Amino acid sequence: MSIHYFANPARFTRLAGRIQPWAGGLTAVLLLIGLYMALVEAPADYQQGDTVRIMFVHVPAAWMAMFCYTFLAVASAVALIWRHPLADLAAKASAPIGASFTFLALVTGSIWGKPMWGTWWVWDARLTSVLILFFLYLGYMALWEAIEDGQKAGKAAAVLALVGAVNVPIIKFSVDWWNTLHQPASVLRMDGPAIHSSMLWPLLIMALAFKAYFVTLLLARMRMELNLRRIRAMRLAERTS
Amino acid sequence: MGNMEQFLSMGGYAGFIWPAFGIVLIVMAFLWIASMRSWRKSEQALASLRQHRRQRGDIEE
Repeated sequence: MSIHYFANPARFTRLAGRIQPWAGGLTAVLLLIGLYMALVEAPADYQQGDTVRIMFVHVPAAWMAMFCYTFLAVASAVALIWRHPLADLAAKASAPIGASFTFLALVTGSIWGKPMWGTWWVWDARLTSVLILFFLYLGYMALWEAIEDGQKAGKAAAVLALVGAVNVPIIKFSVDWWNTLHQPASVLRMDGPAIHSSMLWPLLIMALAFKAYFVTLLLARMRMELNLRRIRAMRLAERTS
Repeated sequence: MGNMEQFLSMGGYAGFIWPAFGIVLIVMAFLWIASMRSWRKSEQALASLRQHRRQRGDIEE
């Protein structure tokens, strides 16, 4: 099976139609379990008290912010290099999801920062690089809208996505490279997670819920873009005939 | 009821924790509804365009 097997839009539509309801159901179930564990079952932290619960939405949202951008950049590269007919749609469809999670990571981080750091915001490397990520998403979406010719818009947006991809490792390692108020990684680190299982489980379940949410919306948005592309093609054929 | 109050007070941090969870759920629900609505709208538009063509006797795409 080649990379072009799923490049067939009709095949993709069929497959997406089968996966989407399952992904949607999984999102709801995982979110309910995750919220219960995060708000009820997980213990309060010995230093941070109950505010540590904000971690269960803040950290998965921040992971998704970076995951969506990585997905967007890889899809853009595939669209530019192999001209895979669904890749630019996948990239375009993932942008609003990534932008939303980046916004949520910033807002929940700010709400967590006030009681723990004593400030809503600091201009340090981690916070600033995530804010730049948010603006990259907005710029990417604006570029799609700004250029009328869909193919040219896709190409320009893909180039922007790839240039912006340098920001992803900067975000990840910003807490190690520069002095910051933000705490370093405690889950995704070389020596394994430095977090107790009573807090690790709700965190992982919330992260999975957000992943399932991403899959559901990605499929719905890709199917929408595909429909719009078909409608445009049919109208164009009508005009030229 | 005492337990419920204790739960809602979140150790005195209710003013931070509930808004944080609230905005996450609101933004996620909003994007979900908007995405599903625009997807369904596009399905309907495509279906009606196809039906229109079939009625005129055009060949499908």
